[in-house]
Amino acid sequence: MTIEVRNLVKKFGSFAALDGVDLKVDNGELLALLGPSGSGKTTLLRIIAGLDWPDSGEVAFNGEDALAQGARERHVGFVFQHYALFRHMTVFENIAFGLRVQPRAIRKDEATIRVRVKELLDLVQLDWLADRYPSQLSGGQRQRIALARALAIEPRILLLDEPFGALDAKVRKELRKWLRSLHHEINVTSIFVTHDQEEALEVANRVVVMDKGKIEQIGSPNDVYESPATAFVHGFIGESIELPVQVEGGLVRLGDRPLTLAADGLAPGASKLFVRRHDMLIGPPGSGAFEGAVQHVRNFGPVQRAEIALLGGETIEIDAPRDKELRAGDTIGLNPRRYRIFAGA
Amino acid sequence: MSAIAVRRRTLPGFGLTMGLTLSWLSVIILIPLAGLFLKSFELSPEQLWAILSSRRTLNALRVSFGLAFAAACVNLVMGSIIVWALVRYRFPGRRLFDAIVDVPFALPTAVAGVALTSLFAEKGWLGAPLAALGIKVAFTPLGIFVAMIFIGIPFVVRTVQPVLQDLDPEIEEAAGSLGASRWQTIIRVILPSLAPALLTGLALAFARAVGEYGSVIFIAGNLPNVSEIAPLLIVIRLSEFRYADATAIAVVMLVVSFVIIFAVNRLQRWAQNRIPAR
Amino acid sequence: MTMQIADTVSLSPPDAKARAHAAAARNNLRTEPKAVRIVIITLAILFLSVFVVLPLVVVFAQAFSKGIVAYLAALAEPEALSAIRLTLVVAAISVGLNLIFGLVASWAIAKFEFKGKTFLITLIDLPFSVSPVISGLVFVLLFGAQGYFGGWLRDHDIQILFAVPGIALATTFITFPFVARALIPLMQEQGTQEEEAAISLGASGLQTFFRVTLPNIKWGVLYGVLLCNARAMGEFGAVSVVSGHIRGETNTMPLLVEILYNEYQFVAAFAIASLLALLALITLIAKTVLESHLDEGHDARDH
Repeated sequence: MTIEVRNLVKKFGSFAALDGVDLKVDNGELLALLGPSGSGKTTLLRIIAGLDWPDSGEVAFNGEDALAQGARERHVGFVFQHYALFRHMTVFENIAFGLRVQPRAIRKDEATIRVRVKELLDLVQLDWLADRYPSQLSGGQRQRIALARALAIEPRILLLDEPFGALDAKVRKELRKWLRSLHHEINVTSIFVTHDQEEALEVANRVVVMDKGKIEQIGSPNDVYESPATAFVHGFIGESIELPVQVEGGLVRLGDRPLTLAADGLAPGASKLFVRRHDMLIGPPGSGAFEGAVQHVRNFGPVQRAEIALLGGETIEIDAPRDKELRAGDTIGLNPRRYRIFAGA
Repeated sequence: MSAIAVRRRTLPGFGLTMGLTLSWLSVIILIPLAGLFLKSFELSPEQLWAILSSRRTLNALRVSFGLAFAAACVNLVMGSIIVWALVRYRFPGRRLFDAIVDVPFALPTAVAGVALTSLFAEKGWLGAPLAALGIKVAFTPLGIFVAMIFIGIPFVVRTVQPVLQDLDPEIEEAAGSLGASRWQTIIRVILPSLAPALLTGLALAFARAVGEYGSVIFIAGNLPNVSEIAPLLIVIRLSEFRYADATAIAVVMLVVSFVIIFAVNRLQRWAQNRIPAR
Repeated sequence: MTMQIADTVSLSPPDAKARAHAAAARNNLRTEPKAVRIVIITLAILFLSVFVVLPLVVVFAQAFSKGIVAYLAALAEPEALSAIRLTLVVAAISVGLNLIFGLVASWAIAKFEFKGKTFLITLIDLPFSVSPVISGLVFVLLFGAQGYFGGWLRDHDIQILFAVPGIALATTFITFPFVARALIPLMQEQGTQEEEAAISLGASGLQTFFRVTLPNIKWGVLYGVLLCNARAMGEFGAVSVVSGHIRGETNTMPLLVEILYNEYQFVAAFAIASLLALLALITLIAKTVLESHLDEGHDARDH
């Protein structure tokens, strides 16, 4: 199943949750919608599911208008952020629900339903919980039951809203791997919403970065990390040093200090310079684009994190290998291995 | 492709249920009440004034409003004491007394009326000792007052109780640690937090007492100009087929009720804005 | 997004002694001298005993004052039996109507957002603040001989006032808000996620309501019905105005209490009253039980 979204707009009062969104999802993809809260990602997901309606724009499944159908007809599996399991039903009945409410004409008999639910319980590896109630399950178990319930209706598309948002860090990591292998197994076009970049980069085969109701970048996890398309993406994904610079006459300046960085093809004016923390190479004073004084140094696992007051008036944090000797008070030169400059203040 | 002309709702049935709600509300509540106001418009202002300024009407309104207010004030004080005891102290039978507070809500008013009358009649369990002291309760305005206290007490208790329960213990500890005496803490910290609930309870108890009929008429004595309440006068005017009189009195009472609802709603909103929900 | 501190590592339990100490200190700051406490508790108990418990006791004492035989005989009177029957019929009609209305209205109000919601709830609440006598009066003005529909009803030979329909209407008016007011906050708090899940799994509107919503609010429904029923059976003022007091025909139990009392048939009056008082007590007990169920539902949701 392919999904195509064209020029979607959704306003809540004067707040534009979606401000002209276009997106194509290929058959069998596992796509992540990544962005800070309020970026519109959940609204987009709910509109695709038929749980919300846009003010304007189009949604098509396999080229067919999906907005002509309600949530009930779309055959979309939706996994809610807080699971929305039916409290008064056992795990078994929760999963069976979608099969039991089918129109009489196509409803399966009880034995078939039982077999199907059993299969799904096996798929999520929780067959021993069939008779429990949702309140007796852990967060991770609820998450998997919610997923099994959504899969019971053999959805054409699987949508997951912050699937791991309410779980603790350890369970979250386990479920990530599990979701990826599950997707591999069932191969249903899937979209999940997350605000956690690590989750998006690790699980999805394509990532859509959103901010303020607009799509900032669509690309593979590698693309969005290695070549961020906008200042927002560079700042949002990975840990970056962000410096306000001026581009003028082919020169990049930090405050009143010119930097020895190429400014080819850059529009003049106030801009932002982005460098990954670990891409700042340390050298003797005068050897790099920047120069600064080490304020203090802390050891951080495999790296040491140093706070450096740059000449030109900004203070940055860099990650350097542990074998580089850094001491507070040292003056060092810094050279970015890779950097990006985006126009605009 | 599809034009999204109508803003669609996710869950079905809004049109149907809203339509049914509004129709049923209109049939049972709004049209009958509108009928009352329509009827009152048939009266000229002079007629209306003549009815309302007649001695008997004025006295009935005075008895109802005056005693209801007095009873509501007693309820405010006693209700606060009861709430404090129920929320802050542990004593044997506390849960039982907590449940008992609801009796005036649940007990049919006619039953309450005959019970209070028999209790406070001159030969009654409480009436006899009071009569020995020279206090006559049943069949006097004092009896009306007693009945109004009875029916009003749960309103104050049930409005204030949850607010006192939810009051953050830390604000009292903060006041104490800043050197306030217990009394200062209660007056300056707790009372202001409870003020909206107390006022709401007062208003609700008052509104209920003003309109009360069943529990009052048995004990009232129903002497015109002395112990005759406004709702009873409406019933009397109806039995005399003086519909205009009944309507006029009813409209005055309804308008007062609406003003009270409005005031309570404003009070609640004010309280919510002042003390952000936790 | 950087690190996630694992919250699986539980902290070691705080020292029990220190905790008890802290609790004592907290209580010290938040309570009054013992004398004050005793005075307040005594006042509360005394007030509730005099104004609430004693009247309740009086009802039963008076009802049995001439012995159990007289009590039972009073209840076996045809007039008493017909009043009980009428009360049950009227309660069944108005509770039934208000149950359906309550379910429909709370679905519309709790599950959807629209303008004027607060105002609509205020309108539903209106009967709570209208004097019972006025609630009866409005129907007299509509359906009485001189009322707006009086002539039409007479021409078509339809009896509303001084008959069961009038009593049922007035009772429905009085008990209008009970079920809706019990359900609206409950359903609002439960939100719409489970319903959305059901719809996305292919359930129809009715399937969603009966399989998902209703089981979640069943205690609330029972709660509303219970209070609605207590009020419907006990209503006096409104019913008194529209009933016409036709003996053996349009007298409900509360009305019969009044008539018997005014005729100085105290045992009979209090015998009927004792049934109503019993209903009130049962209602209160059931209400307490239901409230604990509703609280449980609360806890189950708080994860």
